[in-house]
Amino acid sequence: MNHPSVELRHVVKAHGTTVAVDRLSLEVRRGEFFSLLGPSGSGKTTTLRLVAGFEQPDQGEVLIDGRSMRDVPPNLRPVNLVFQHYALFPHLTVSGNVAFGLEMRGVARAEIRSRVGEALEMVHLAAHGDRLPAQLSGGEQQRVALARALVNRPSVVLLDEPLGALDQQLRQEMQGELKAIQEQVGLTFVCVTHHQEEALTMSDRVAVLHQGRVLQVGTPQEVYGAPASLFVANFIGVSNRVEGRVAAVDGARCHIEAPGLPVIHADARAGIEPGSRVSLIVRPERLHLSAQPALNGFDNSVPALVAKAVYNGHEMQYQLRVGDGLLWTARVPNAGSEQTRFRPGETVVVRWTSREGVVLTE
Amino acid sequence: MTGLSIHHTAARQSAWLLAPALVWMGVFFALPLLVVLLISVASRGTYGGVEWTFTLANYRDLADPLYLYIYARSFALALATTALCLCLGFPLAYYIAKAPARWQGIWLVLVLIPFWTNFLVRTYAWINVLRADGLLNVLLMALGIISEPIDILYSDLAVLIGLVYGYLPFMVLPLYAAIERLDDSLVDAARDLYASGWAVLTRVIVPLTKPGIVAGCLLVFIPSLGAYITPDLLGGARSMMIGTFIQHEYMVVRDWPLGSAASFVLMAMVVVGLWGYQRAGGERPL
Repeated sequence: MNHPSVELRHVVKAHGTTVAVDRLSLEVRRGEFFSLLGPSGSGKTTTLRLVAGFEQPDQGEVLIDGRSMRDVPPNLRPVNLVFQHYALFPHLTVSGNVAFGLEMRGVARAEIRSRVGEALEMVHLAAHGDRLPAQLSGGEQQRVALARALVNRPSVVLLDEPLGALDQQLRQEMQGELKAIQEQVGLTFVCVTHHQEEALTMSDRVAVLHQGRVLQVGTPQEVYGAPASLFVANFIGVSNRVEGRVAAVDGARCHIEAPGLPVIHADARAGIEPGSRVSLIVRPERLHLSAQPALNGFDNSVPALVAKAVYNGHEMQYQLRVGDGLLWTARVPNAGSEQTRFRPGETVVVRWTSREGVVLTE
Repeated sequence: MTGLSIHHTAARQSAWLLAPALVWMGVFFALPLLVVLLISVASRGTYGGVEWTFTLANYRDLADPLYLYIYARSFALALATTALCLCLGFPLAYYIAKAPARWQGIWLVLVLIPFWTNFLVRTYAWINVLRADGLLNVLLMALGIISEPIDILYSDLAVLIGLVYGYLPFMVLPLYAAIERLDDSLVDAARDLYASGWAVLTRVIVPLTKPGIVAGCLLVFIPSLGAYITPDLLGGARSMMIGTFIQHEYMVVRDWPLGSAASFVLMAMVVVGLWGYQRAGGERPL
């Protein structure tokens, strides 16, 4: 039983002439919360439907619990899908919806009743069993959809934009709750989302998809902190970017020359050689702003002009003009430091350490 | 107070808008119906006229086994027509409703095209198809399926074929409307929750398209029950249905009171059936 929960091997799926999924390979470990993150058209929903069995791969193979799913129809797969718009049966009560899968598998009546009760308890809807879906709020419908999948104790729970139809506040609440429920039941969750914050908050690991391919798989810290490509860097969070040329590499560090800027120091990655064209990425919250010309602890410092200062309540957001016409963003928590008091038109020194810059060759 | 008077004015205005329809229905529907009701409790004159002496004898006469048989036959044929139309119409409607949008229009027009030709003419056409040397027999013999012509015309089978042909569009259209509204993701959800193809149909698709199924069945069953042209032309003298029986009483036997009573019993059957359906299913009125 050391098989991955879900495994995709070189899966190709085309819709007409567009290739939705292109030689995609993935492994989802047992019991983890795994997210497929990508913009619309990245193939994430198709990937999910391939696992659920609503679509068959043109090439390659989908395995669940190490078992090939070739020619296995959706109703015989050990997975349950939480649909994007919930797809609750409007003619059945909440209990009827949750009981549906168990009834189809011929589970005994008494067991169905107790398992449906447990599942509704888990999503805090024990009192709503007799209502019809139309009588529930969006958030409640979402919970019913979740209970309807969980009650079957599938090998894998698939979630298609599970929080997409909820408003912002409910969404944040549900992020925490979904993760808590997943940890409680210990089932493998595979979640499709285009919402990067959602993916980072809930997931154990994230796969970033683009044009039907996996660009990077890793923990939220890895994909955010060490993006493998410019696309990943730009898709997840805001990235400040500068293009330049590697002037020298000494051991673990490289030195980058960029037009209009002093030499920039950054940790070198494998494959970085003197002369190569690179992009340097620094996250907005990693930038340190100061009016002082000299300050210890940072090995990069760059002069900048404050173009815009936006007060967001919990933080200040600055737009900065840097180097040769670059526009960077910096975020400083509103903790009362001098960093929060700059006004548009002022000159500041932007600093960061070599460890905080990510060098990408593209 | 003001709200109430506005409400009153609005009600008065809508009453005026209703007036033309009410007058029309009153003069051309309610009044003739009343006349038929009166005739049904009158007596037949010696030479086929109506004598205005009150009697319930016409209704008693209808209890004759011969007439009961005609009612039972009509009922069975209408039921079979409805069942066949449902079995043929549901897959067709499903296919059309789930076809790409630009094809849906084309298929629907094809379903409706027969209406462009007079029903009588189309029924005559069926005579040519079904008769001994007709298209069907020629085809079956050419294919070697049968060695000599089979008698279909002037049988219950011919009537059934004619009725199914005539009323299939009335089944397909409401079914199409209901299925078109059916959310595909519900079918996916049922599949995902381990439902077999049959379970998806009976547990999800049928319950959710029930209004369309009921509407289609009523639209086929009611006119089939009282059908006249089809049994008259395709059924011949041997297979009388209620419709042909009523016509026969009015025009051939000239027993208007009995014909009127038969009309009323037919109507009562339909009304009682609808009422019973609404009581049983608790459905909204159709």
